[in-house]
Amino acid sequence: MTRRIWLWVPFAFVAFALAIFGWNLAHPVDRRVPSALVGQQFPSVSLAGALDPASGVDAALLANGQPHLVNVFASWCVPCAAEAPGLTLLQQQGIDIVGIAVHDNVPDLTQFLAQNGNPYSRIGMDYNGRTQIELGSAGVPETFVVDGRGKIVRQHIGVIEPEDIATLIADIRGAQ
Amino acid sequence: MMLRILTLLVLLLSPLSPALAQVDYTNTELADPVKEREAKALMDTIRCVVCQGQPISGSNAGLAGDMRALIRERIAAGEEPEAIRAWLISRYGAWVSFKPELHPSSAPLWLIPLIALIAGIVLIRGRFKKRAK
Repeated sequence: MTRRIWLWVPFAFVAFALAIFGWNLAHPVDRRVPSALVGQQFPSVSLAGALDPASGVDAALLANGQPHLVNVFASWCVPCAAEAPGLTLLQQQGIDIVGIAVHDNVPDLTQFLAQNGNPYSRIGMDYNGRTQIELGSAGVPETFVVDGRGKIVRQHIGVIEPEDIATLIADIRGAQ
Repeated sequence: MMLRILTLLVLLLSPLSPALAQVDYTNTELADPVKEREAKALMDTIRCVVCQGQPISGSNAGLAGDMRALIRERIAAGEEPEAIRAWLISRYGAWVSFKPELHPSSAPLWLIPLIALIAGIVLIRGRFKKRAK
Protein backbone atom coordinates (compact mmCIF):
# COMPACT_ATOMS: atom_id res chain seq x y z
CA MET A 1 0.00 0.00 0.00
CA THR A 2 2.70 2.48 1.00
CA ARG A 3 4.54 1.52 -2.17
CA ARG A 4 1.61 2.65 -4.25
CA ILE A 5 1.57 6.04 -2.56
CA TRP A 6 5.27 6.41 -3.26
CA LEU A 7 4.63 5.81 -6.96
CA TRP A 8 2.62 9.01 -7.06
CA VAL A 9 5.43 11.12 -5.65
CA PRO A 10 7.23 11.70 -8.99
CA PHE A 11 3.93 12.61 -10.65
CA ALA A 12 3.09 15.05 -7.90
CA PHE A 13 6.55 16.55 -8.23
CA VAL A 14 6.20 17.07 -12.00
CA ALA A 15 2.70 18.49 -11.59
CA PHE A 16 4.07 20.91 -8.99
CA ALA A 17 6.92 21.97 -11.29
CA LEU A 18 4.52 22.47 -14.22
CA ALA A 19 2.25 24.57 -12.01
CA ILE A 20 5.24 26.80 -11.16
CA PHE A 21 6.16 27.12 -14.85
CA GLY A 22 2.59 27.99 -15.74
CA TRP A 23 2.30 30.57 -12.99
CA ASN A 24 5.56 32.24 -14.04
CA LEU A 25 4.47 32.35 -17.68
CA ALA A 26 1.34 34.19 -16.63
CA HIS A 27 3.25 36.51 -14.26
CA PRO A 28 6.51 37.61 -15.93
CA VAL A 29 9.29 38.34 -13.49
CA ASP A 30 9.95 41.98 -12.67
CA ARG A 31 13.36 42.62 -14.21
CA ARG A 32 13.89 46.00 -12.58
CA VAL A 33 16.69 46.22 -10.07
CA PRO A 34 15.59 48.50 -7.22
CA SER A 35 18.10 50.46 -5.20
CA ALA A 36 18.91 49.02 -1.80
CA LEU A 37 19.08 52.57 -0.44
CA VAL A 38 15.32 53.14 -0.29
CA GLY A 39 14.56 53.88 3.36
CA GLN A 40 18.12 55.01 3.99
CA GLN A 41 20.02 58.27 3.99
CA PHE A 42 20.96 59.75 0.62
CA PRO A 43 24.65 58.83 0.08
CA SER A 44 27.18 61.57 0.65
CA VAL A 45 27.80 62.74 -2.86
CA SER A 46 29.06 66.08 -4.04
CA LEU A 47 28.79 67.02 -7.69
CA ALA A 48 29.88 70.09 -9.62
CA GLY A 49 27.05 72.19 -11.02
CA ALA A 50 26.29 71.75 -14.69
CA LEU A 51 25.29 75.23 -15.77
CA ASP A 52 26.35 77.19 -12.73
CA PRO A 53 29.40 75.74 -10.95
CA ALA A 54 28.19 77.28 -7.68
CA SER A 55 24.91 75.32 -7.66
CA GLY A 56 26.07 71.75 -7.69
CA VAL A 57 24.44 68.83 -5.92
CA ASP A 58 25.42 68.02 -2.39
CA ALA A 59 23.89 65.44 -0.05
CA ALA A 60 23.87 67.94 2.83
CA LEU A 61 21.80 70.27 0.67
CA LEU A 62 19.10 67.64 0.31
CA ALA A 63 18.58 67.53 4.06
CA ASN A 64 17.47 71.15 4.32
CA GLY A 65 14.03 70.42 5.79
CA GLN A 66 12.27 70.38 2.43
CA PRO A 67 11.51 67.24 0.41
CA HIS A 68 13.13 66.92 -2.99
CA LEU A 69 12.85 64.90 -6.13
CA VAL A 70 16.23 63.71 -7.38
CA ASN A 71 16.03 62.87 -11.06
CA VAL A 72 18.83 60.78 -12.55
CA PHE A 73 18.90 61.55 -16.27
CA ALA A 74 21.09 62.28 -19.29
CA SER A 75 20.82 64.37 -22.43
CA TRP A 76 21.59 61.25 -24.51
CA CYS A 77 18.70 59.35 -22.95
CA VAL A 78 15.63 59.36 -25.20
CA PRO A 79 13.06 58.35 -22.53
CA CYS A 80 14.37 61.25 -20.39
CA ALA A 81 13.07 63.70 -22.98
CA ALA A 82 9.73 61.90 -22.82
CA GLU A 83 9.37 62.51 -19.08
CA ALA A 84 10.31 66.21 -19.31
CA PRO A 85 6.64 67.35 -19.43
CA GLY A 86 5.93 65.29 -16.31
CA LEU A 87 8.83 66.86 -14.45
CA THR A 88 7.73 70.34 -15.55
CA LEU A 89 4.26 69.62 -14.17
CA LEU A 90 5.76 68.54 -10.84
CA GLN A 91 7.91 71.65 -10.72
CA GLN A 92 4.81 73.79 -11.31
CA GLN A 93 3.34 72.14 -8.21
CA GLY A 94 6.15 73.77 -6.26
CA ILE A 95 8.26 70.63 -5.97
CA ASP A 96 12.02 71.12 -5.92
CA ILE A 97 13.65 68.92 -8.54
CA VAL A 98 17.36 68.23 -8.44
CA GLY A 99 18.96 66.71 -11.51
CA ILE A 100 21.92 64.36 -11.74
CA ALA A 101 23.22 64.18 -15.31
CA VAL A 102 25.02 60.88 -15.94
CA HIS A 103 27.89 60.66 -18.43
CA ASP A 104 26.95 64.01 -19.86
CA ASN A 105 28.66 67.17 -21.05
CA VAL A 106 27.64 70.80 -20.72
CA PRO A 107 27.01 71.63 -24.42
CA ASP A 108 24.75 68.60 -24.97
CA LEU A 109 22.97 69.21 -21.68
CA THR A 110 22.38 72.89 -22.52
CA GLN A 111 20.82 71.87 -25.82
CA PHE A 112 18.69 69.20 -24.13
CA LEU A 113 17.35 71.74 -21.61
CA ALA A 114 16.66 74.29 -24.34
CA GLN A 115 14.64 71.68 -26.24
CA ASN A 116 12.78 70.04 -23.37
CA GLY A 117 12.61 72.76 -20.73
CA ASN A 118 14.52 72.98 -17.47
CA PRO A 119 12.50 71.90 -14.42
CA TYR A 120 15.64 71.56 -12.25
CA SER A 121 16.60 73.92 -9.46
CA ARG A 122 20.13 72.56 -9.78
CA ILE A 123 21.94 69.95 -11.84
CA GLY A 124 25.03 68.02 -10.79
CA MET A 125 27.40 66.50 -13.32
CA ASP A 126 28.13 62.83 -12.76
CA TYR A 127 30.84 62.62 -15.40
CA ASN A 128 32.03 59.07 -14.71
CA GLY A 129 28.73 57.54 -13.57
CA ARG A 130 30.08 56.96 -10.06
CA THR A 131 27.22 58.77 -8.34
CA GLN A 132 24.74 56.61 -10.20
CA ILE A 133 26.35 53.48 -8.72
CA GLU A 134 26.52 55.20 -5.33
CA LEU A 135 22.73 55.60 -5.53
CA GLY A 136 22.12 52.01 -6.58
CA SER A 137 20.55 53.30 -9.76
CA ALA A 138 20.47 50.81 -12.63
CA GLY A 139 19.66 53.17 -15.48
CA VAL A 140 18.18 56.44 -16.66
CA PRO A 141 15.69 57.87 -16.02
CA GLU A 142 15.17 57.15 -12.35
CA THR A 143 13.68 59.42 -9.74
CA PHE A 144 14.21 59.36 -5.98
CA VAL A 145 11.86 60.96 -3.46
CA VAL A 146 14.05 62.39 -0.68
CA ASP A 147 12.46 63.67 2.53
CA GLY A 148 13.40 66.83 4.43
CA ARG A 149 16.02 64.98 6.48
CA GLY A 150 17.75 63.60 3.41
CA LYS A 151 16.29 60.09 3.59
CA ILE A 152 15.32 58.31 0.36
CA VAL A 153 11.68 57.32 0.80
CA ARG A 154 10.90 56.01 -2.67
CA GLN A 155 12.50 55.20 -5.99
CA HIS A 156 10.63 55.53 -9.26
CA ILE A 157 12.27 53.46 -12.00
CA GLY A 158 11.74 54.55 -15.58
CA VAL A 159 9.84 57.37 -17.24
CA ILE A 160 7.43 59.43 -15.14
CA GLU A 161 4.17 58.78 -16.97
CA PRO A 162 1.15 61.09 -16.54
CA GLU A 163 -0.49 58.50 -14.29
CA ASP A 164 2.55 58.46 -11.96
CA ILE A 165 2.35 62.16 -11.16
CA ALA A 166 -0.42 62.04 -8.54
CA THR A 167 1.43 59.31 -6.55
CA LEU A 168 4.69 61.23 -6.74
CA ILE A 169 3.03 64.41 -5.50
CA ALA A 170 1.39 62.48 -2.65
CA ASP A 171 4.72 60.85 -1.74
CA ILE A 172 6.57 64.13 -1.68
CA ARG A 173 3.85 65.87 0.33
CA GLY A 174 4.11 63.06 2.86
CA ALA A 175 7.89 63.29 2.99
CA GLN A 176 8.39 66.55 4.89
CA MET B 1 55.12 58.54 -45.10
CA MET B 2 51.87 60.46 -44.70
CA LEU B 3 50.52 57.67 -42.49
CA ARG B 4 53.60 57.78 -40.32
CA ILE B 5 53.29 61.50 -39.75
CA LEU B 6 49.62 61.06 -38.91
CA THR B 7 50.37 58.28 -36.44
CA LEU B 8 53.02 60.42 -34.81
CA LEU B 9 50.60 63.34 -34.58
CA VAL B 10 47.92 61.17 -32.97
CA LEU B 11 50.45 59.76 -30.51
CA LEU B 12 51.69 63.24 -29.66
CA LEU B 13 48.23 64.70 -29.19
CA SER B 14 46.56 61.85 -27.33
CA PRO B 15 47.95 62.68 -23.88
CA LEU B 16 46.44 66.14 -24.25
CA SER B 17 42.91 64.86 -24.59
CA PRO B 18 41.17 65.41 -21.22
CA ALA B 19 39.55 61.98 -21.20
CA LEU B 20 42.95 60.35 -21.15
CA ALA B 21 44.45 62.65 -18.55
CA GLN B 22 43.43 60.21 -15.81
CA VAL B 23 43.59 56.46 -16.40
CA ASP B 24 40.17 55.11 -17.23
CA TYR B 25 40.06 51.59 -15.83
CA THR B 26 36.86 50.62 -17.63
CA ASN B 27 38.77 48.49 -20.12
CA THR B 28 42.35 49.01 -18.96
CA GLU B 29 43.91 46.39 -16.76
CA LEU B 30 45.73 47.32 -13.59
CA ALA B 31 49.52 47.45 -13.94
CA ASP B 32 49.96 45.06 -11.01
CA PRO B 33 49.03 41.55 -12.28
CA VAL B 34 48.19 40.27 -8.79
CA LYS B 35 45.73 43.10 -8.18
CA GLU B 36 44.30 42.74 -11.68
CA ARG B 37 43.66 39.05 -10.99
CA GLU B 38 41.90 39.97 -7.75
CA ALA B 39 39.81 42.59 -9.54
CA LYS B 40 38.97 40.18 -12.38
CA ALA B 41 37.88 37.47 -9.95
CA LEU B 42 35.51 39.92 -8.29
CA MET B 43 34.21 41.25 -11.62
CA ASP B 44 33.38 37.69 -12.69
CA THR B 45 31.00 37.37 -9.74
CA ILE B 46 29.25 40.73 -9.93
CA ARG B 47 26.10 40.72 -12.01
CA CYS B 48 25.47 43.42 -14.59
CA VAL B 49 22.30 45.28 -13.58
CA VAL B 50 21.52 46.22 -17.19
CA CYS B 51 22.07 42.96 -19.09
CA GLN B 52 21.30 40.86 -15.99
CA GLY B 53 22.47 37.38 -16.98
CA GLN B 54 26.06 38.48 -17.50
CA PRO B 55 28.86 39.26 -15.08
CA ILE B 56 30.19 42.80 -15.42
CA SER B 57 33.51 41.43 -16.68
CA GLY B 58 31.85 40.27 -19.91
CA SER B 59 29.31 43.00 -20.48
CA ASN B 60 29.32 45.88 -22.93
CA ALA B 61 26.81 47.94 -20.96
CA GLY B 62 27.98 51.37 -19.88
CA LEU B 63 27.05 50.79 -16.25
CA ALA B 64 29.01 47.51 -16.18
CA GLY B 65 32.03 49.45 -17.46
CA ASP B 66 31.59 52.02 -14.69
CA MET B 67 31.51 49.21 -12.13
CA ARG B 68 34.68 47.65 -13.56
CA ALA B 69 36.44 51.01 -13.26
CA LEU B 70 35.17 51.37 -9.68
CA ILE B 71 36.35 47.89 -8.72
CA ARG B 72 39.81 48.32 -10.27
CA GLU B 73 40.29 51.71 -8.60
CA ARG B 74 39.29 50.37 -5.19
CA ILE B 75 41.45 47.25 -5.53
CA ALA B 76 44.35 49.45 -6.57
CA ALA B 77 43.71 51.56 -3.47
CA GLY B 78 44.09 48.42 -1.36
CA GLU B 79 40.47 47.60 -0.56
CA GLU B 80 39.52 43.95 -0.01
CA PRO B 81 37.41 42.37 -2.80
CA GLU B 82 34.81 41.15 -0.31
CA ALA B 83 34.47 44.65 1.12
CA ILE B 84 33.78 45.97 -2.38
CA ARG B 85 31.22 43.20 -2.93
CA ALA B 86 29.51 44.13 0.34
CA TRP B 87 29.47 47.78 -0.73
CA LEU B 88 27.87 46.93 -4.07
CA ILE B 89 25.29 44.75 -2.27
CA SER B 90 24.51 47.74 -0.02
CA ARG B 91 23.62 49.68 -3.21
CA TYR B 92 21.89 47.12 -5.44
CA GLY B 93 20.88 44.38 -3.02
CA ALA B 94 22.04 40.74 -2.85
CA TRP B 95 20.90 40.36 -6.45
CA VAL B 96 24.05 42.04 -7.76
CA SER B 97 26.33 39.27 -6.50
CA PHE B 98 26.63 35.87 -8.17
CA LYS B 99 27.89 34.49 -4.87
CA PRO B 100 24.70 33.89 -2.89
CA GLU B 101 24.84 34.38 0.83
CA LEU B 102 22.64 32.61 3.35
CA HIS B 103 19.58 34.68 4.23
CA PRO B 104 15.88 33.74 4.53
CA SER B 105 15.07 34.15 0.81
CA SER B 106 18.10 32.16 -0.34
CA ALA B 107 17.84 29.49 2.39
CA PRO B 108 16.21 26.86 0.08
CA LEU B 109 19.20 27.16 -2.23
CA TRP B 110 21.47 25.97 0.58
CA LEU B 111 19.08 23.64 2.36
CA ILE B 112 17.60 21.66 -0.55
CA PRO B 113 20.86 19.88 -1.48
CA LEU B 114 21.36 19.03 2.16
CA ILE B 115 17.81 17.70 2.53
CA ALA B 116 18.16 15.76 -0.74
CA LEU B 117 21.39 14.19 0.50
CA ILE B 118 19.83 13.13 3.80
CA ALA B 119 16.74 11.79 2.02
CA GLY B 120 19.01 9.87 -0.38
CA ILE B 121 20.97 8.28 2.47
CA VAL B 122 17.76 7.26 4.24
CA LEU B 123 16.42 5.75 1.00
CA ILE B 124 19.59 3.80 0.26
CA ARG B 125 19.79 2.51 3.81
CA GLY B 126 16.23 1.26 3.50
CA ARG B 127 17.10 -0.60 0.31
CA PHE B 128 20.20 -2.20 1.78
CA LYS B 129 18.34 -3.34 4.84
CA LYS B 130 15.72 -5.00 2.66
CA ARG B 131 18.37 -6.78 0.63
CA ALA B 132 20.16 -7.96 3.79
CA LYS B 133 16.96 -9.69 4.80
